[in-house]
Amino acid sequence: METLAPPPALGRSSTSRPAPPAWLVGAGLLVALLGLLPIAYLIIVAGSSDGALGLLLRDRTIGVLGRTLLLAATVTTASVLIGVPIAWFTTRTDLPARRAWTILSILPLVVPSYVGGYAIVAAFGPRGALQSLLEPLGVTRLPELYGFPGAALVLTLFSFPYVVLSVRGALLRLDPAYEEVSRSLGRGPWRTFWSVTLPQLRPAITAGALLVALYALADFGAVSLLQFDSFTRAIYVQYRASFDPTLAAVLALMLVACTAGVLLAESRLRGRARYHGSGGGARRSVTVVRLGAWRWPALAFCLIVVGLAVVVPIGTITFWLLRGLAAGEALGLVLDAALNSVIASGLAAMLAVLASIPVAVLAVRHRGLLSSVVERATYAGFALPGIVIGLAFVFVAARFLPAIYQTLPLLLVAYLVRFAPEAVGITRASLLQVSPRVEEVARTLGRRPGAVLREVTLPIIRPGLAAGGALVFLTAMKELPTTILLAPTGFDTLAVRIWSATSEGFFARAAAPALLMVLVAAISLSLVLRQERSR
Amino acid sequence: MTTMAARPEVTMPQMTNPLDDPQLAFRTLALKKAFDDVIAVDGVDLDVRRGEFLSVLGPSGCGKTTLLRLVAGFEQPDSGGIEIGGRVVAGPRRHLPPEQRHIGMVFQESALFPHLDVAGNIGFGLPRRDRESRIAELVALVGMAGLQRRMPHELSGGQQQRVALARALAPHPALILLDEPFSSLDATLRSQLRVDVREILRSAGATTLFVTHDQGEALEISDRVAVMRAGRIEQVSTPAELYLRPVNRFVAGFVGEANLLPGEVRHGEVETLVGRFRGEPGALADGVHAEVLLRPEQLHMLPVDGLASAPRPESVLTVIRRVFHGSEVHHVLRSATGFEFEAATPSSATIEVGTRVIAHARARDVPVYPLDGE
Repeated sequence: METLAPPPALGRSSTSRPAPPAWLVGAGLLVALLGLLPIAYLIIVAGSSDGALGLLLRDRTIGVLGRTLLLAATVTTASVLIGVPIAWFTTRTDLPARRAWTILSILPLVVPSYVGGYAIVAAFGPRGALQSLLEPLGVTRLPELYGFPGAALVLTLFSFPYVVLSVRGALLRLDPAYEEVSRSLGRGPWRTFWSVTLPQLRPAITAGALLVALYALADFGAVSLLQFDSFTRAIYVQYRASFDPTLAAVLALMLVACTAGVLLAESRLRGRARYHGSGGGARRSVTVVRLGAWRWPALAFCLIVVGLAVVVPIGTITFWLLRGLAAGEALGLVLDAALNSVIASGLAAMLAVLASIPVAVLAVRHRGLLSSVVERATYAGFALPGIVIGLAFVFVAARFLPAIYQTLPLLLVAYLVRFAPEAVGITRASLLQVSPRVEEVARTLGRRPGAVLREVTLPIIRPGLAAGGALVFLTAMKELPTTILLAPTGFDTLAVRIWSATSEGFFARAAAPALLMVLVAAISLSLVLRQERSR
Repeated sequence: MTTMAARPEVTMPQMTNPLDDPQLAFRTLALKKAFDDVIAVDGVDLDVRRGEFLSVLGPSGCGKTTLLRLVAGFEQPDSGGIEIGGRVVAGPRRHLPPEQRHIGMVFQESALFPHLDVAGNIGFGLPRRDRESRIAELVALVGMAGLQRRMPHELSGGQQQRVALARALAPHPALILLDEPFSSLDATLRSQLRVDVREILRSAGATTLFVTHDQGEALEISDRVAVMRAGRIEQVSTPAELYLRPVNRFVAGFVGEANLLPGEVRHGEVETLVGRFRGEPGALADGVHAEVLLRPEQLHMLPVDGLASAPRPESVLTVIRRVFHGSEVHHVLRSATGFEFEAATPSSATIEVGTRVIAHARARDVPVYPLDGE
C-alpha cells in the first residue's frame, strides 16, 4: 500500500467534475442520434438531387406553400377572434354559467383533428347526417365542404381552445390594479379594455396563436380528409404516387422550415411571457363587467362555437354509431384495432420512458456541452410534424433495412423519436426535484453510479416516469400520419381505422373508434393539465 | 449485486509507513483545487487523529465545502493528496470514487431517501447479514427507538438529522463528514441537537470532520478547530487557544468578539488607550505601529467621577451604547479621537449610557499584531 508522495505540481488540467459514466453517455447519444436521423436523412436526400432548387421553385411547390400559409393564417386569425372573447367572457363578465362555458370551450381539444374532420364530414358532407335528415324535405345538395373552407373550419374549431387557455391564464394573472387605476383616471370600461387590458394580453394571445399555427401547419388528419392540398397532404400524395423520395423530401423540408420558424417565435415569446408572470402576493378580486343586454349576443356566440366544436362531433358520432349498430356493423373489428393501438402505444410508452432516463440524467446532473447537445437533439422530434418523421423512416428503412420496413419495431422507433420529448420533459422535471445530496449520500454508502440510479433515483421519480409513460401512451394512441406510413400491413390501429373509413365514406364504421379516441384524448388532456398545474 | 457486497469493516488503519502516527485517521497534504479562475482550496494540510472531532470554520465562500467534497470524492483535486484510514484515496494518478472511501456523510439538508423508511435509510449501507441488529443498535444510539417504520416526511427536522447521522455511522466509516448539519434547524433545536450529536459521535468513537461558518458551534463541540480563509488554513488549535491566542487579526475577528486597539511601540511595549502591552519577546521594534487584541470581558471600566486623581484626558472614554447579551452587557465606548470598542460587565453591574469612564485590561500578556508586518 502506498503512502502519500510529495504532490507533483500538476497543471490545472482537471478542473471538471468526475465525468458521467460511459454507459450513460452512450445511451444518451443513441437517443440523440435517433432524434436527428429523420431530418438528416431528408437533407441528404433533398440535397443529393441535382434539381432540388428547381423542385423548390416549381409552380406546384409554390402553390402548396401558398395554400399552407393561407390555411395557417386563416385558422390562426379565426382562433384568436373566437378564443379571446370567450376567454374574456368567462373570466371578467357576468355571463350566465361561466364555469360551464369555460369547460365546454376547452373541451374541443380532446377531439383529434381527424376525428373532428370525420365528424364534420359525416355531419355536413355529401351523404352526411344533416343531408340525410334534410332529404325528406327535398334538400339534396349542401354547400361545398371539401377543400379550403372545410379544412379551415375543422382546424379552427379544434384548435381555438389553445388561445382560450393561454388568454384565460393571462387574464387571471393580470393585476386588476392597472384596470382600477385606469378607471380612476376617468376612462370607461370599454376604453380601459382597449388601452390597458388588451396590450397586457398581447403576449398571451401571441403564444396561443403560435400554438394554433403550429397545429395547423403540422396537421395531416383534417386536411387529408377534407382533401386540401397543404404540405402534409401533398407530401403524402407525392409519396403514394411515386417512390421517388426527392420531391417529398423537399416538401417535407419546406414544412420543417415553416414549423421551425413558428417554434422559434414561440420559444422567444414564451420566455418573455414568463417575465410577465404573476408577481405573487395576495390575489385581489376582479371587478366583474356587467354585460346587461349584451349578454344575449355573448351567449349566442358561445352557443354557436360550442355547438359546432362539441355538440356536432359528439352528436354526429352518436348518430352514426346508432345507425351502424342498427345496420349490424361489427364491433369485433373495433376491438381488434383497439388492441393493436394498445400494443403499439404501450410499447412506445415503455421505450420513450427508458430513453428519457439517460437524456434527463445527463441534462440535469451532468450539465455541459455534450448533454445539452443530446437534449436538444432529442427535442428535434418535437419540431417535426408526424408526416415528416414517418416519411423519413420509410425512406431510411426502404433503402438500408428493407427487412424492418413495415414491421412493428420500425413503427416503435418512429414513435420513440416523435414522443420521447414528452417523456424527457416530465422525467427531467421530476429529476430536478431530487436533491443531488441524496445521490451523493448513496455514493458514500458504497453504491456505484449505476446502483444509485437503480436503487435511489429511479424509485424516487417513479411517479414522474409513470406520468410520462401515460402521456406518451395516450399521445401515441392518437397519432395518425406516422402510423399510416409505417404500420405493418393489416396492423390497423384505431386512428388508421377512423381515417380510412372516413376517406371511403363509411361513416358508421368510424363511429365507434372515434368515440374511443375522444375518450383517450380526454384522459390525456386532463393528465397534461394536471401536470402543468402541479409545476 | 456486487455493489452491495463486502464493505470491509474499518478497524485500525493498516499503516505501512512506520514513521506515520498510527493514531492518524485522516490527513490531507498540500491539497489544491481551482474552478476556472477561482482557487477554492489552496494548499491545505490537515491531520485528524482517531476519534477526534475537527471543525473547519470559515466564512461562506472560503472553500470549506469544496474541501469536504474533495475528501468525500465528489470533486477531484488538481494536486495534493488525501489519506483516509491509512489508505491514499486521492493523490497522483489516484482517485477513488466516493463509494470506496469508507466515509459517512451528513448534509445540511438531511437528504434522507424519501422512498425508504427510517430503518431502510439506516440499513442502506449495510451488508445483508447483521443488518437488522446493526439498525437496532443505531436507532437506539440516536434515540429514535420505535420510529423505525416512519417515512422521512413524517419526521421533524431534528429527527431527520439524527437518522441521517445514524445512516452515516452504520457501516463503521473511517471518517464522518458533517456539512453544516445544524444550520437548517431553528436556534433552540440546533443547540440541543449539536450537544446530542457530539455525544453520539463520541460514544461511537467516530472520527469527524465538521464544516461550519458558525464559530459558536465550532468552539462548543470541537476538539480542534481549523480556521479557513480564501482556500487556506489560517490556524489549527483547540477552541481555547483559538480564542485566546489567534495567530492573526482575521482569526481574532472571526472567532469571538474582538477589540483591536491600535498603538505605537515604545521600549518594547505597545502603548494604547487602555495601557501598555508586551508582545512576543523581540518581535516589536520601537516606532512600529501595532494592534492589541482585547476581548470585551478582558476590559474593566472605572467611572471618572470615582477616581482619586484626574486621568489623562486622552484616556477618557464615553459609554455611547449598551448591548444586552443575557449574562453580560456590552458597553460601546468612544474615545476623544472617535475610536470605538467594547467592554463587558455582568448584567448586574452595568454603567449608564453617557457616563465618562477609563478602561484598563485585566491581562498584560495578550496577542499583539504588528501592523507593518501583515
